[in-house]
Amino acid sequence: MIYETPNLVQVTVKINGEIQQIIVPPSKTLLASLREDLFLTGSKPGCFNGDCGACTVIIDELPMKSCLMLAAEVEGKEITTIEGLSDSPVQRAFIENFAFQCGYCTPGFIMNIQAMLNSVKNPSPDTIKEWLESNICRCTSYEEIEQAVQEVIDKYPSKY
Amino acid sequence: MKYIGKSVFRKEYLAKVTGKAKYTSDFLATDALHVEMVKSIYGHAYLKKIDIEKAENLQGVRAVIVGKGLPRIGEEIIDRPALAVDKVRYYGEVIALVVADTIPIAKKAAALVEIEYEPLAVVNSPQQAIDKDAPLLHEGIENYSMDKGIYPVKGTNINNHTKIRKGDIQTGIKEGEVMIESSFSIPISDHAAMETRAALCEIDPNGITHIVTSSQAPYMVKKIISRDFHVEAGNVIVETPLVGGAYGGKASVHLEIFAYIASRAVGGRKVRVFNTREEDITVSPVHVGLEARIKLACTKEGKLTAAQMEYFFDGGAYGDKSPHLTTAGAVDCTGPYQIDHIWCDSYSVYTNHPYAAPFRGFSHGEVHFAFERAVDMLAKKAGIDLLTFREINAIKPGDTTPTQVVLTRSKIGDVEKCIQKFREIMEWDKGQIEEIAPNKVRVKGVACTWKNSTIGPNVSSGVVLTFNSDGSINIMSGLVEIGTGTKTVLAQILAERMKMKVEKIHVRMTVDTQTVPEHWKTVASRGTLMAGRAVLDAAEEAIQKLKSLASTILRVPEDDLDVANEKVFVKSNPSKSVPFSEIVYGYTYPNGNAIGGQLLATGSYTITGLTNLDRETGAGNPGPEWAVACQGVEVEIDVTTCVYQITKAISVIDIGEVLNEKGALGQVKGAMSMGIAWAGREALYFDENGRVLNPQLRTYRPLRFGEHPKYVIEFIKTPHLEAPYGGRGAGEHGLIGMPAALANALSTALKVDINKLPLTPESLWKQRKES
Amino acid sequence: MINEFFRPQTIEQATSFFAQKMEEGYHPSYYNGGTEIITLGRLDQLNVDVAIDIKSLPSCRVHLLDEDYLVLGSALSLTDLAEANYFPLLTDISKEVADKTARNKITLGGNICGNIFYREAVLPFLLTNSIFVLADKEEIRTNYLMDLFQETLPLKEGELFVQAFIEKKFLTEPYVAIKVRQQWKTGYPLITAAAMKTNHEIRVAFSGLCSFPFRSIQMENMLNDTSLSISERSRAATKYIPGDILNDVEGSSEYRLFIFTNLLEKILIQLEGN
Repeated sequence: MIYETPNLVQVTVKINGEIQQIIVPPSKTLLASLREDLFLTGSKPGCFNGDCGACTVIIDELPMKSCLMLAAEVEGKEITTIEGLSDSPVQRAFIENFAFQCGYCTPGFIMNIQAMLNSVKNPSPDTIKEWLESNICRCTSYEEIEQAVQEVIDKYPSKY
Repeated sequence: MKYIGKSVFRKEYLAKVTGKAKYTSDFLATDALHVEMVKSIYGHAYLKKIDIEKAENLQGVRAVIVGKGLPRIGEEIIDRPALAVDKVRYYGEVIALVVADTIPIAKKAAALVEIEYEPLAVVNSPQQAIDKDAPLLHEGIENYSMDKGIYPVKGTNINNHTKIRKGDIQTGIKEGEVMIESSFSIPISDHAAMETRAALCEIDPNGITHIVTSSQAPYMVKKIISRDFHVEAGNVIVETPLVGGAYGGKASVHLEIFAYIASRAVGGRKVRVFNTREEDITVSPVHVGLEARIKLACTKEGKLTAAQMEYFFDGGAYGDKSPHLTTAGAVDCTGPYQIDHIWCDSYSVYTNHPYAAPFRGFSHGEVHFAFERAVDMLAKKAGIDLLTFREINAIKPGDTTPTQVVLTRSKIGDVEKCIQKFREIMEWDKGQIEEIAPNKVRVKGVACTWKNSTIGPNVSSGVVLTFNSDGSINIMSGLVEIGTGTKTVLAQILAERMKMKVEKIHVRMTVDTQTVPEHWKTVASRGTLMAGRAVLDAAEEAIQKLKSLASTILRVPEDDLDVANEKVFVKSNPSKSVPFSEIVYGYTYPNGNAIGGQLLATGSYTITGLTNLDRETGAGNPGPEWAVACQGVEVEIDVTTCVYQITKAISVIDIGEVLNEKGALGQVKGAMSMGIAWAGREALYFDENGRVLNPQLRTYRPLRFGEHPKYVIEFIKTPHLEAPYGGRGAGEHGLIGMPAALANALSTALKVDINKLPLTPESLWKQRKES
Repeated sequence: MINEFFRPQTIEQATSFFAQKMEEGYHPSYYNGGTEIITLGRLDQLNVDVAIDIKSLPSCRVHLLDEDYLVLGSALSLTDLAEANYFPLLTDISKEVADKTARNKITLGGNICGNIFYREAVLPFLLTNSIFVLADKEEIRTNYLMDLFQETLPLKEGELFVQAFIEKKFLTEPYVAIKVRQQWKTGYPLITAAAMKTNHEIRVAFSGLCSFPFRSIQMENMLNDTSLSISERSRAATKYIPGDILNDVEGSSEYRLFIFTNLLEKILIQLEGN
């Protein structure tokens, strides 16, 4: 059914520390809105199906796949995207450990890892596996990513 | 050496960890119309009627395009209608394009296109395709125009037949005292790059076509649009930014054709086409499958005497790259072994499956699966240690390859050394199988691999160097950054040669076919060789020009000068020098005279000495060099349920020289990871209608974090003397031996010949039951 | 395609809005995690144009352990359940659904009432025959799950699964939770088995074997017949599989049957000892 008067929803949300007001059709996903309305193209579409994790952002401290979320749902929430990180330990560890190649899955991984380190102190290898299984990397062997995560944990014992 | 071998950070590293890196779909083009593909719902059918009236009349639709009147396209064989006309040959084949204002409108219009099909029998495997009663997918193959070196078999579904005839196979078989004969099969799978394919196209009023595409071959896109749509080559400009993974799949020209047709149909307005994941897996080209039969013979002592092979590659509905793939499979049809008598028939077969694009390894992973399984079977039958057998037969300088190339130390890596190192690392002599719990064993498997490229002979790579006023250098190379890090290696090569800081070398990441010199295609692990040599060629010119100008300024002969640290200096008196920054834009004398002007340097490289392959024997020189490896896995398996874990994956690889250590490790391990998932789990499942049943990443599963084994990599260094600093191509090699090594390990564990992929527990359980 | 996103404040608002939209000719759906509505909607496999967000309804977010029951709201995410870990069997089963990040969004209600047929989260509720609270515009009804569940949780049009009550005693009983996949550690289940020993009897429930999750009392009676050996019981139990064994890309029906008997043996061995 193509509606005569398109129904639009106004959403007020804090993104990367800034309050944004976006106006979206109810069916628009958060991923599409971040990319098209706010021009934050760091979160990537890999499947539109919640399978690959390339679209992962942090919402109220939890990692979330933004392709599985309607923009309308994030009213009043606090979101961090990859663009909201600046010279963070995780980013530095990724660089130093060569934890990416084509780079497409990288923002999603970094956000998931950041969320994990923010909420779980000194995560065990099993916990790391449980969280990181949510993201697919097709280029690397995952060993470099594993090393990067461990490096952050070891380097910042009080923080992470 | 200062930079060669060092783990220099990628030039684009900051962009990639901050989300600033731009890939094709990130150019949002909110001013672009959306293109939706109307796809076939039959695997094989005549198209009786296509009615686009309802679709055209939907508000917001700007054009609906069908195949009639469009040219046929293709790579080695021009056999593929731009949009299906008369017939569809695979489920998902694109029949029409809808160009509309928004995605929902385009989708709705696509559903309004009415198509009448007359279904035909579906050919669902190479076996079915070569059956004498099989329907012909392409009537009159011989009428298609095709490249030299492609030999279709008239009246069949075989679009290329490559022959290898080395020695005399009957003699070889007679000389053999132990023999095995078996069949092997590998289903079709997918590249599954994280970035799906996407393309934008706009044609401006003076006829210049601008395409932005996620591609490994922007220059091929230009060539095909120009050739098949009769657009002047200079009027096609193709741009490729960073690419989110490709692995060969984006070397085929595919969505770009749709983008061009769509834009042309709406008067040149900007259009955007991108694949959903399901389309990327089922509509766009896939990873080739193989059905193989191998007869292998050796003496009692284990010396191979004869290898007879039949390779039937499941090339899918259209030729695209599979004719060439099958030639590549014939060129290296055996593993890296010296065999006097080889008979190989390598066929590229049409089936009603999505068609095959190149996939990392370019037939080598497939061929090695079959051949290395055959080697294990023969060695076991002869009662010889599986590694020793390979060592006995390891190919060496002085030996000849299947295409009868006489090998030199430069042309091939050291197979024996790889095997010896592997034996050591794997603790092979301690035993290959041990019981670790009731019904559970730990087992080792091995495979030896080699690969040369088959691109060329007339392919080239060009580089332009420009200087910045501070003396730093910009590299323009048509090599695409698909994740291999090769663009950074080019900077390292230049920095090494110019003896300057690698931080002062800038590399242009985005490739555009108008201003950046062509690198044929970013494929075949030939980036470091071709673009690297082009960089060195350009460096020579730059150095010569710098010295020439400096010689005038410093008033010494050019031969007395050298270049380092962004200065040209007198060798005998280094303090007498002139910095790059003072001469790269010309030099100004105190009185105002200026000489020189802007310094530009160019270089190019073509692989030399390549020949066509003889039609009857396959003899010829296919490529510059063979990188070799000895690879293996360690597996723990429950022999009742056949459930297993890969605990370790090992590659000893002769890489010639390590150009970027962490980069090389990343490439080899990443390729191994891909090889493991492909062997263990990745397969496209088709129903009787040729429809793919698992087109999503939750049902088609690459390896995930936590499923990965421990990786052990050792580099051997036998330099390839034509390559920059001796480095061999190594981007694909990690993958090639993984399926074979895994199947070998599992065969040892289950005491049964496991010769079919994928190696899921059920597949193992079934193969064991059937044997 | 969703054209309206409504956030009710109470159950009454939710259910009457649903009824109203139905009357107006729309296709409303309750929206919990929404993962299926978004992914199936994208493929035009779901016709939902009005989404009624029940995630913030207090009754749907209940998560407490009182003297007699564990009360779980349908809007709790699978991560919420695992984190609180009131019911380890439920935690272990939920932890294998999809992946961690997706579980931050997938809800108990969505997993049980959604379209994808695995519905693994329902297995512990079948085993413990928990009480389900359902609400629509007319009434709120409570039923034991085993009296309701027939391959799916049959909801009347406009009816909403609000919360479930599990008797406290079950939370600490010995249990087994196993998920077998086609390969390695990720992907849809080949078979998911949940089993519990309570009151000296073994209860079992399965997902992925048939096109619906099930718990068969007849099968349990057979499995608890200790006059037969474990392998005899496992083989005999296959008679009571309540539907056709799935034959699909995850696995064939023969292999599933093979794995199924293996799982039964494993379960009996593990729980019998206790």
